[in-house]
Amino acid sequence: MITARIKRQQYLDTNGILNRPLPAHIDNREQLIELYQTLVTTRLFDEAAVNLQRTGIIGTYAQSRGQEAIGGAIGKAMLCDDVFIPYYRDIATQIQRGVRLEEILQYWGGDERGSCFAKQKHDFPLCVPIATQFCHAIGVAFALKQRANQNVAVVTGGDGSTSKGDFYEAINIAGAMSLPCLFVINNNQWAISVPIEHQTAAETIAHKAYAAGIESTQIEGNDPIAMLVGVQQALEKIRHSGKPFFIEAISYRICDHTTADDATRYMQAQALQDAIKKEPLIRYKKFLCQYYDWSNEEDLRVYHDSQQVVHQAVEDFQLIKQQQDGEFFDYMYQDLPVDLAEQKQTFLDELKRHE
Amino acid sequence: MNELTMIEAINLALSQQMRHDENIIVLGEDVGANGGVFRATDGLQQEFGEQRVFDTPLAESAIIGMSIGMASQGLKPIAEIQFMGFIYPAIDQILNHAARLRNRTRGRLSCPLVIRVPFGGGIHAPEHHSESTEAIFAHIPGLRVVIPSSPSRAYGLLNAAIQDPDPVIFLEPKRIYRDGKQAIIDDASTLPLDTCFILREGIDLSLISWGAMIKETLEAAELLAQKGIDAEVIDLATIKPLDIASIIDSVKKTGRCIIVHEAARTCGLGAEISALLAEKSITSLLAPIQRVTGYDTVMPMFKNEQHYMPSIQRIIKAAINAMEYR
Repeated sequence: MITARIKRQQYLDTNGILNRPLPAHIDNREQLIELYQTLVTTRLFDEAAVNLQRTGIIGTYAQSRGQEAIGGAIGKAMLCDDVFIPYYRDIATQIQRGVRLEEILQYWGGDERGSCFAKQKHDFPLCVPIATQFCHAIGVAFALKQRANQNVAVVTGGDGSTSKGDFYEAINIAGAMSLPCLFVINNNQWAISVPIEHQTAAETIAHKAYAAGIESTQIEGNDPIAMLVGVQQALEKIRHSGKPFFIEAISYRICDHTTADDATRYMQAQALQDAIKKEPLIRYKKFLCQYYDWSNEEDLRVYHDSQQVVHQAVEDFQLIKQQQDGEFFDYMYQDLPVDLAEQKQTFLDELKRHE
Repeated sequence: MNELTMIEAINLALSQQMRHDENIIVLGEDVGANGGVFRATDGLQQEFGEQRVFDTPLAESAIIGMSIGMASQGLKPIAEIQFMGFIYPAIDQILNHAARLRNRTRGRLSCPLVIRVPFGGGIHAPEHHSESTEAIFAHIPGLRVVIPSSPSRAYGLLNAAIQDPDPVIFLEPKRIYRDGKQAIIDDASTLPLDTCFILREGIDLSLISWGAMIKETLEAAELLAQKGIDAEVIDLATIKPLDIASIIDSVKKTGRCIIVHEAARTCGLGAEISALLAEKSITSLLAPIQRVTGYDTVMPMFKNEQHYMPSIQRIIKAAINAMEYR
């Protein structure tokens, strides 16, 4: 049997030791610390969001714990005018794209206005129906290609999404039509409770893209350096070739699927403990200590500053005014049709009667 | 002014709108060199090039999902789904995304998209090629659903659908694609997307229909006139939003209402119109509302499709029942 060789890129081992030279363009202490700050902010925000769900302030929330390096790298590597089409476990990228933390909380707090981003007017909101976002991404890529300014549509999904028809339809068309689209799959080994080995007999997820004629690679998703360099290289390739590219980022979901899930029902404790040892924040801190004299004081300051940012966001979020009564009618169409206007009026009258 | 069939009128609207707005993209299966299996997009690729008129792989969900992505970034996609029987893989995209994008982002992104779909029976087509499931789409908040019943209304309604800022499901009754010609003034004029059309005025009963069934309904009205029954015929045309005000006005005048549609009966649009009439104007009724519709069966294959589709005789029988009701 002839099989495609899929490369797996890695810079840092689990102890933060470089197994190949750091590319010169990212060998900059300040920038490397900024990347760390990104990971820490995402982690602390994620923890705060879980607490807000536990205390009934927001609704069900999908954690990113242990997968921060993937989104953080995507967000850092993208250009402002690229378009991001996320799935629901992608707050790390959103934060880097300039989506405000309070907007993210607003969304998970059950308020559509959280997806009316003040910045990044062209990015998609988080996508809940699995794999549908891949099809949007190729449409966005088509529009970007028409404008011919070398921008890229970047779309993400989980390993579970690569079982769906929309995934195959999208990668097939992206390849056939040569569209500037970067697919990044967060292979965190679990589709809720179903492990990757039960999801596919393909050797890797990257092979699926290879079959669609798309250049594809695996990247160690717990390695922030490999992720950043890998996404940067992929975006450069796409900008120059106009062709799609596919990244399978290998991570591990060291958390429940969402706050409504209990992973102890299906995840072996030992597997989880092993995965936690490989997670990106520990690895990256070791890397900074090893090569950049990272001190405990500096580390505490990063955590302190990030915590401040998160605290402020939670406070700001809780001060946001409720939606106008009946606002949920107002954005169904550009102009409210007569029959819907009538329903809205009935709703408002009912509301008044019960006041 | 040209005499055109419905399919020619659709082709004319597409080409004129594309000339006027370079953001319009036509995509679908066989819409390019082949000009669509019914020739609705004939000549468009030759005129506008492969960048604006292109064949997609056979992937309905991706055709619509991709159109949503395009629409979100300022393009105006017009997607063709080859037959209504093949639209269902795309329902996820239509329902979960096209219809919701404006609301989900509070107007930051929107989805100006037209989905053209040939539908309905009566052309001896293969299995899965003849259904009328407009009610599925009418049930989805955030969509407009439009069905023309003549070349000139196809022209005016399609022009309007293309200019509309929200997703429009444009269902084309393929049985009457080439059923006669009509004079079209090719001035790119639009027809309203929220108003029905009174095709024949009458005082005795109101016949409400849409799409290809307008043909039988109008013929039934002529035969009823010979019996001294003066029927008003209304083409619903915009299935959603539904212009119930015009129907009520008609029924206030006639006191009798018969709804004719090809789709299966249960939860068809006839049920919605009946409910609205009962809610808003029950006292103007002199006889029970009747529905002359397809049955709650699978659309039979073509050897028997004529038994499924409402006939002129069934419409006349319902009309006489209504007139004789005491």
